[in-house]
Amino acid sequence: MRMMTKGQKIFRVFNYIFITLVCLTCFLPLINTLAVSFSAPAQVTAGKVFFWPKGFTVKAYEFAMQSGKFVQALMVSIRRCILGVSLNLFMMTTTAYPLSKTKQQFRARNFYMVFYVITMLFGGGLVPYYILVYRMGLLNSIWSLVLPLSVQVYSMVILMNFIRGLPGEIEEAAMTDGAGQFRILFSVILPVLKPALATVGLFSFVFHWNDWFTGSLFMQNPKNYPLQTYLQTLLTSFSDMMRASGSNYYELLSRMNERTGRAAQLFLALIPTLMVYPFLQKYFTTGLVMGSVKG
Amino acid sequence: MVKRLRRDMPFHLLLLPGVVLTFIFSYLPIYGIIMAFQNYNPGLGFWGSPWAGLDNFKLVFSTPQFINAIRNTFYISIGKTALQILSSVVFALLLNELRWTGAKRIFQTIVYIPNFISWVIMAGILINLLASDGMLNTLLKSFGMAPVQFLSNRSVFPWTMIITDVWKTFGFGTVVYLAAITSIDPELYESAVIDGAGRWKQTLHVTLPMIIPIIILMTVLALGNVLNVGFDQIYNLYSPAVYTTGDIIDTFVYRLGLQNGKFAIGTAVGLFKSVISCTLISASLYIAYKVANYRVF
Repeated sequence: MRMMTKGQKIFRVFNYIFITLVCLTCFLPLINTLAVSFSAPAQVTAGKVFFWPKGFTVKAYEFAMQSGKFVQALMVSIRRCILGVSLNLFMMTTTAYPLSKTKQQFRARNFYMVFYVITMLFGGGLVPYYILVYRMGLLNSIWSLVLPLSVQVYSMVILMNFIRGLPGEIEEAAMTDGAGQFRILFSVILPVLKPALATVGLFSFVFHWNDWFTGSLFMQNPKNYPLQTYLQTLLTSFSDMMRASGSNYYELLSRMNERTGRAAQLFLALIPTLMVYPFLQKYFTTGLVMGSVKG
Repeated sequence: MVKRLRRDMPFHLLLLPGVVLTFIFSYLPIYGIIMAFQNYNPGLGFWGSPWAGLDNFKLVFSTPQFINAIRNTFYISIGKTALQILSSVVFALLLNELRWTGAKRIFQTIVYIPNFISWVIMAGILINLLASDGMLNTLLKSFGMAPVQFLSNRSVFPWTMIITDVWKTFGFGTVVYLAAITSIDPELYESAVIDGAGRWKQTLHVTLPMIIPIIILMTVLALGNVLNVGFDQIYNLYSPAVYTTGDIIDTFVYRLGLQNGKFAIGTAVGLFKSVISCTLISASLYIAYKVANYRVF
């Protein structure tokens, strides 16, 4: 190793300290929320809880599981994610493959591309969008959470670029064997597309899991709320929910409060994101950088 | 001609489902824009509602709340963009100084986590953290400082939005810039060393100039999105007490157009935003193409 000057050594030490501090600020708030969720309400209100629970209790989690609403919303979210991700992947593949062709190979290619790019540039705005979904009779239906979001142009472009990067020989070989375009797509392209589909699929999952606005826009009945929409209502009205739970409110209040109860449910909703994150980050340099910074 | 059509037919068929859905959900709402020029009445529909000319626009532009929302949108947006780029570039440069690549990856992974947490959960975490009896204010008090109402003080609120957004998203920029730095040709550093440049001079004269095109590209793309300031964040954290400094165009449209049912005015504001956005995004994509040869398609 090269000799370092004194200044460089000092810089290195400070650099490590600074970077560590920045990283700590990125996940200490999460740890704080976790600690609050396991703490007794009195300790939380007194401002005594930092990164370790005080007066350990799992009441807030029990409450989340027993109230029924959390589980109900969780089920809606799971259904939505399964439906939404499969639909996204299907639409992205069937759209990206033809668009990956050149104009010589597929004459209308640029026409379709412009058709999609326009949607990235201009839209009708929130109110007409709402009225459309309303008129289609999709309010309160799970389809309103997945159909309008089925074509994700940005991810589709990432996938399209990936297909373009594949060696052309495999396709030509299949073509000379007399395979049609559908055969080529499903038995030649699709198998090699797996890693790219995994990437856009994970992003699509995180998108559907995290989206709360579509749910609050199109679902009028709270029992149809996906998890994030349900959690959003908790931000303002958690104590109402505790009152409505049927159990003795004051007895409940001694063992959990708005803040501990909310923290528990937020943390539960965070678990799937944290679980897929390691897989996401394996791809993020290839996936995201490929899409955002080209050439 | 017929031969070509037969050759292209599978492609058209593959594209059909996506095109139909995109047409319905992205193009049909554009037709709804006529509401902006009507006294829209849901009972009468698009054809029956009386025309109003530019009345909706005149009305909304004379509301002080809307003017506030425009000003706040630009203020918060520009603050976010500037700080985001600055912090991710600086952090990427600092990470790059670490010798051990494993550490680089670990730190990069950690700062990228908040990006994937939804704003609803993040808002819950922030409300917990920034409450008057929350961790941050407890800390401030222990240092003998006065507690700060981060979310309900009118003059602090916009900065709470800027800082928390930068905190949540700077990891993405760091990943992008670090990837750019890693791809710099090592020979450039070697010749800089021969010329007697230390680490600092190398950063200043090799690393920075080499990533400037990407910094410009990211800035230009961010400016195209200047009107999308983060509805999810602000809607979940603001309250009537901070409307004057915290309300943005998107929250204004949602409150007025959907929560208060003023469809026509909401559409008019939406149209105003769409037109400006469209111009800005087109311009930014054009500049990105000219400066950095960046193409979306």
